[in-house]
Amino acid sequence: MGRSTTSKDAEALFHSLHSAYASTPTNLKIIDLYIMFAVVTAVIQVVYMAIVGSFPFNSFLSGELSCVGTAVLAVCLRIQVNKENKEFKDLPPERAFADFVLCNLVLHLVIMNFLG
Amino acid sequence: MARNSVILVLASVLLASIALVCDSAAIFNPISDAHRSAALELFSPSDGSFGSLEETYEAIRTFEALRVNRILKCELNDKAFAGIVTRLKDSVNAANSLLDFYHSIGGLTLIKDQTSEVDVHLEDADRIFRSIKALSQSDGRWRYSSNNPESSTYAAGIALETLAGVVSLASSEIDHSLVATLKNDIMKLFDGVERYDDGAYYFDEKFVDAHGHQDPLSASSSVVRGITAFATATGESLNLPGDKTLGLAKFFLGIEIPGSAKDLYHQIDALACLENSRVSVPLILSLPATVLSVSRKDQLEVRVNTVLGSASPPLSVKLMQIFSSGSKDASVIDQELKFDPERAVHVLETLPENVDVGKYIFSFEISLQDPEHKKRYMTGGRTKVPVYITGVIEVNNAEIAVLDSDIGSIELQKKLDLSGENDVALSANHLQKLRLSFQLNTPLGHTFKPHQVFLKLRHESGVEHIFVVGNSGKKFEIILDFLGLVEKFFYLSGKYDIQLTVGDSVMENSFLRPLGHVELDLPDAPEKAARPPPQPIDPYSRYGPKAEITHIFRAPEKRPPRELSLAFSGLVLLPFFGFLAGLLRLRANLKNFPRSTVPATFAILFHLGIASVLLLYALFWFKLDLFTTLKALGFLGIFLMFVGHRTLSHLASVSAKLKSA
Repeated sequence: MGRSTTSKDAEALFHSLHSAYASTPTNLKIIDLYIMFAVVTAVIQVVYMAIVGSFPFNSFLSGELSCVGTAVLAVCLRIQVNKENKEFKDLPPERAFADFVLCNLVLHLVIMNFLG
Repeated sequence: MARNSVILVLASVLLASIALVCDSAAIFNPISDAHRSAALELFSPSDGSFGSLEETYEAIRTFEALRVNRILKCELNDKAFAGIVTRLKDSVNAANSLLDFYHSIGGLTLIKDQTSEVDVHLEDADRIFRSIKALSQSDGRWRYSSNNPESSTYAAGIALETLAGVVSLASSEIDHSLVATLKNDIMKLFDGVERYDDGAYYFDEKFVDAHGHQDPLSASSSVVRGITAFATATGESLNLPGDKTLGLAKFFLGIEIPGSAKDLYHQIDALACLENSRVSVPLILSLPATVLSVSRKDQLEVRVNTVLGSASPPLSVKLMQIFSSGSKDASVIDQELKFDPERAVHVLETLPENVDVGKYIFSFEISLQDPEHKKRYMTGGRTKVPVYITGVIEVNNAEIAVLDSDIGSIELQKKLDLSGENDVALSANHLQKLRLSFQLNTPLGHTFKPHQVFLKLRHESGVEHIFVVGNSGKKFEIILDFLGLVEKFFYLSGKYDIQLTVGDSVMENSFLRPLGHVELDLPDAPEKAARPPPQPIDPYSRYGPKAEITHIFRAPEKRPPRELSLAFSGLVLLPFFGFLAGLLRLRANLKNFPRSTVPATFAILFHLGIASVLLLYALFWFKLDLFTTLKALGFLGIFLMFVGHRTLSHLASVSAKLKSA
């Protein structure tokens, strides 16, 4: 009995979360999806490293930092683009996107240099 | 090993004694076959041709002087000669330096010898003679030209040769007073000749000119050439001091075989001039062998030749004195040597009775039989020659004994035969003594003192001790008191091999002989006693192969299996497909993409720009270096900024309109 209540509560919680998330604007969802993609890629690399070892370490770090870095940048983009965020009300989303592109290019220049 | 070291010891003794004797006397040998083969080598130049005309000329003159062969016989027609003669005469008249005179007069003289058809005579020989003479100095040396104040001996030789040429080319007799002053100059030049200790004379050259320094050999050679040419041309007798002419010959002979072709030319040419000169022909006394054995009853042979090795006129050789080395007193012999006409040597059949083994200086005197020859040949008084008399030395009364220290009573005594093998076995402790004694006698029965007498004790471990055996009166004796030697022996008990060395350069039976061994019983070493020195390593091992160097390489890192890596490469693509699938599910679209032409173009360019930057990064990874990449990135970045700004500002304005609408 108690167990079914817990699962029901959890179900209710998920449901409310899902419905609340459904109202999120599509462009934010796309960014969320992109972040998920980057994080999962990073996790797969970590798993690979756990299986075969860290050699060559610089290549592993490059791949890892590329994913994590772009995920962080995407989070920043999401913060700036979100309409609910009053702090960035004056900042147009186009400007935020330009920053995102520029930062990504710089990040990947460094990554490529480090890749070896 | 042992035999080698004896030979080494003997060789060094011999060298040292030769060096000692050479101070006072030296041997000069006439030109030999070695010189002839050296001259032949001149004619096998490496690249098939001679470096310069001068070298060729000198080579041919050397060759001719040795009379190996007359190899060149060039035929030139008289017309060509006439042309050359005119040019040479012009240059004689225009000449103002000594070398100009020398070359042109020398050329004319050579042509005169070649052909009689062409008139080579000089009309104003007196004037030319005077203008060359004007370059002479008061000390008999010459200057190269009138505006050069430095005088040179080499130039003096050249000048004399040139003047001889002038005299022979003169159409009329040269003023006799000129020739007389020139003779005076030659005498003055000879006053400046320098002398070596061994009786060799040479002309030194102090002047250094643009042609470089002329060494004593070339200067002396030049003077000899000049004087002989002058004497031949004028027919005058120069009355040169005989010992100096002979000394010059000795100087040239003392050089033996020079290293360079130039030096060989100077040496042989000067000797040939002396040999054929009208001045005076030096005669050289030489000994085919200067080491004579009394045991073999060798005969003393003396050979007298001219400098180039031709036979001498009839003469007799006397052995005048014998100096024994180390003492000043000489025994006067005055014994004439017997001439052996077949072998052209003078033989002293038996050595004087009082000549024992040792080093001596023999003094010879040559006397010519024909009084005419006495004017023409020079013998140079007495000639001193170092001679080694060797012989077999008798070794007698050799014995080795172990003595008790206190009373000196003999514990054990053994006779030794030092001419044969010995293997004595002795034993002693530190309270005893070892005595070795023997006698050395020359074939004449005198006591002989060799240069080296050593006793060597060698421990099993390789530690060696060498003692010098002294002589007292007739006997050689050494007593080793082991009590005083324990420290020197490093308290090492055990077997010591005994070895005796007796060596001298005049001792034919010098030996290094093992005598046996002595078993020493020494006390134990106290704490502070010196350790025996480490034995020297075998010198052969120093040049042996070195230990092999093995290189350690880092082991390659362990790589995962290929399949696993490929599987994960595919796995990494999965999230990307998930991302695309998610986009489809979210119904993402490109409806916001600008429609009108200009903004659409900019938008496309913007995306192309980003793609090209990523492509550039990929190239950077594969092959480009950082600088090329950054340069390209700079241009692409500017382009991207421009189109990105246009695109995004367009989008911003569109969304602003939407909001306001």
